Amino acid sequence: MALKTSITIAALAAIHLVLLAADFCAPYDPALQDRELSYAPPTPAHFKGSTGVHLRPFVCAWTTVMEGEDAGGYKEDCRHEYPLRFFVRGASYKFAGVYEANLHLFGTDAPGKILFAGTDGYGRDEFSRLLCGGRISIAAGLIATFIALLSGGLVGIIAGYFGRWVDEALMGVTEVFLSLPWLYFLLGVRAFLPLHLSALRTFFLLTGVIGLIGWARPARLVRGLVLSVRSRNYVLAARGFGGSHVYLLRKHILPEIWGLLLTQAVLLVPRYIAAEATLSFFGLGVSEPVPSWGNMLSGLQQYSVLISYRWLWAPACALVITSVLYSSLADVLHSRLESQTT
Amino acid sequence: MSYGLRYLGRRFVRAILLLIALSFLCFLFTEMAPGSFFDEMRLNPQISPETIAALRSHYGLDQPLIVRYGRWMRSALRADLGYSIAYNSPVTPLLWSRAKNTVLLAGTALLLTWIFGVPLGVWTAARRGGFLDRTVSFACSFLLSVPELIIAIGLLAIAVRWHLLRVGGMMSADFESFSPWARVQDILVHLALPVSILVLSEIAIILRHVRTSVLAELGAPHVQAARALGIGQVRLLFRHVLPVAANPAISLLGFSLAGLLSGSLIVEVVCGWPGLGPLLLEAALSRDLYLVIGGILFSSLFMAGGYLVADLLLLAIDPRIRNDVAEEN
Repeated sequence: MALKTSITIAALAAIHLVLLAADFCAPYDPALQDRELSYAPPTPAHFKGSTGVHLRPFVCAWTTVMEGEDAGGYKEDCRHEYPLRFFVRGASYKFAGVYEANLHLFGTDAPGKILFAGTDGYGRDEFSRLLCGGRISIAAGLIATFIALLSGGLVGIIAGYFGRWVDEALMGVTEVFLSLPWLYFLLGVRAFLPLHLSALRTFFLLTGVIGLIGWARPARLVRGLVLSVRSRNYVLAARGFGGSHVYLLRKHILPEIWGLLLTQAVLLVPRYIAAEATLSFFGLGVSEPVPSWGNMLSGLQQYSVLISYRWLWAPACALVITSVLYSSLADVLHSRLESQTT
Repeated sequence: MSYGLRYLGRRFVRAILLLIALSFLCFLFTEMAPGSFFDEMRLNPQISPETIAALRSHYGLDQPLIVRYGRWMRSALRADLGYSIAYNSPVTPLLWSRAKNTVLLAGTALLLTWIFGVPLGVWTAARRGGFLDRTVSFACSFLLSVPELIIAIGLLAIAVRWHLLRVGGMMSADFESFSPWARVQDILVHLALPVSILVLSEIAIILRHVRTSVLAELGAPHVQAARALGIGQVRLLFRHVLPVAANPAISLLGFSLAGLLSGSLIVEVVCGWPGLGPLLLEAALSRDLYLVIGGILFSSLFMAGGYLVADLLLLAIDPRIRNDVAEEN
């Protein structure tokens, strides 16, 4: 394995681990509002304070500028220094959804605030939202991919293995789904679902819909592969010896399609993350106050916000980085698959 | 030629079947989905359940699925796609007025994508491994992996920040007072930003396909023969290689149209272009049933049209299809 591939995989694993432990890594509750601190920029880290140079960086509080040219803006108030501390007690959360906990990776003494990525319009910490929103977005991508591959793989195997009219019928349906302008269709299907639901139900409905619309392409690829595997000599021989359908599928067909499914999975995950982000951006996906990368970006629809607050681009950067990592991994897997089959 | 006609006929029938299947699918979804346009009304104590029931029967929503679909189908054949509850007007003219804008946007983008993408693909294939090829390939894989939404808001931010391109809408406020020529100019100025977003997000696919198929064709015997005969590089590439290599790229036209339509939905909403996208989004948010179905059908109509155009082009340039050699599948 090339070095570049290892780095890609390591980076992806790191992102997923951090997002999995989002509550712990985030210093604040992502839904906690602070109207006094709306659109506050990231707090710069200082080493040189009034009492000399510290090894431990500290931040200052933001105070609102009352008058002058940039009234309404923020300026640092360094009369009190808030040092960066690790493993602090803070807002409580459910770790892994079960254990009550309030330990956070880093933080500072109250009332000071460490704002890695500033705050949004409601004064919520953008960095905490980035982590917790990322967990939702990536989970949406993974679950939707799982659904798409499960249903697509099943259809593909059935169509390819049994052939004849089953194949004709299933591939006819597949073609209809393939030729849909998927976003229009997604929007339409979402329109038929209730708008006001609990965030959790919306999330599962959304991922379900994204996954169910996406089954067609994997189905066609799997079908083609199964079709070619089925007619290989050793499979025909096994069939001649009286191997049952289940035996043939398990022993000869399934092992051949894992590679294809894995490649498709890595290809589809970033696409579905983007689909979720797009729907949430439009206000049809995961709804406030639960963060996701998509609904965090929807604030940028206002031109003034779009160009004034650079730190609100954090979810966009996160989306780009995740997508680029996933697709470079998909490229590697794809070329490996190609070299295997030829 | 009779084979060609048969081929086209089959494609046409397929497109029709596709539309019918799709419309039925839409109805099926409406049936399965909980909730309707009247949900909000039901919460209002001022509106009695009888009124809502009367409204439902007025719009025919109390009929079983098959009856509704049959009725809708009959009127759809007369180009009447139903009635928008939110806009209180028939759906078809509403969609037509917006669809024209979407076609303008997506059509221009498609044209530009091909005008830039095809020569660039041929060129990079001819200079395989060179500096240009590597740069373009890198840019392509980057553009392919970045979500369209990010490309859209990124370019929008650049345009707004440095006042580069006109942002928002399709016409200036005083459009009505312009002379015809100024009107065209005005629309073109507004078109620039959404079109460049679309071109950026779609060009990589075309470019890659053209490059791959040209590369596959460069080693072919007829190309080597042509080169041995001393035919110049440019003529060789565009006269001898490209027509053969164009086949897979043209088959891609239908799919690329699908991407373009989905992309244009994002771009239209982000840039405020008055196309089908914002209309459908509003309809989805207010659960305006027939408008949503109409919107989906309109977009699929474009796609079916795109597939037909791709088939026609293939028929025109590929003698194998024209003369009944290859059963294209």
